[in-house]
Amino acid sequence: MSLVEICFWALSFVTLVCALMTVLSKNPIFSAIYLLICFASIAGHYLLLNAQFLFIVHIIVYSGAIMVLFLTTLMLMNLNEETEKHKPAIARIGAVVAACILGLVLVSAISKTALVLPQNSGAVDIGAIKVLGKILLNEYFYPFEFISILLLTAMVGAVLLTKKEHKITIK
Amino acid sequence: MSLLLNILQVVPMQYYLMVSAALFSIGVLGVLFRRNAITIFMCVEIMLNSINLLLVAFSTYHNDSNGQVFVFFVMAVAAAEVAVGLAILVTIFRNIRSVDIDDLKALKN
Repeated sequence: MSLVEICFWALSFVTLVCALMTVLSKNPIFSAIYLLICFASIAGHYLLLNAQFLFIVHIIVYSGAIMVLFLTTLMLMNLNEETEKHKPAIARIGAVVAACILGLVLVSAISKTALVLPQNSGAVDIGAIKVLGKILLNEYFYPFEFISILLLTAMVGAVLLTKKEHKITIK
Repeated sequence: MSLLLNILQVVPMQYYLMVSAALFSIGVLGVLFRRNAITIFMCVEIMLNSINLLLVAFSTYHNDSNGQVFVFFVMAVAAAEVAVGLAILVTIFRNIRSVDIDDLKALKN
């Protein structure tokens, strides 16, 4: 078993276990911490697949921005585990059965499929920032600009939604 | 580069497909299982990440950069979605002092 294989299995194990713990842990703060570990292991997968640009973007966006948003909101609401009740047992059993059936269908469909993959020479470093930047600003120029407009709109929307409404006093 | 060639030889593409399918199923389980709206958001993030992982794996195995550009766009949309969604949740919490999805029945009837 080579080093790369061991890295792959370890990262996959950490990803799946932490995702499951995110779902199962009662306290939402623990869920957020497990989600952070899950994201970090997915970043490790990106590094293993030689996608350096996405590795850095993933760390900044998910571990940096999104987790800070989640944790700040959780602490703002001050949710304790005593306040959260579980769904009724029938709904929980139904959820587990539905997820298991979905996983079974996906796994059986994947194992029956014969993948046709081209012979990868690995000559071009496709994950490098230089290569991706050229593609992003040539072929995907307009989507790239629209994404910036989308982010600006989302920022304005979030600020407007959370702002307290002041009563307008008419003299 | 030797590391990349190594992973293309020792880890088959099927393994990445399996890991992504399992991660997606766990995300679906979380959305159906939990009552707390913030945890449901986290599970939606898990599902998005499983698809991102699959896109990166396919892009690497096919030696095609377009998949990684697509993942970049998905990340931007996910960030926007989380910001707006959490803002809505904060507003809901301010009004009814709860983020339990079973309490959000104002639109029913």
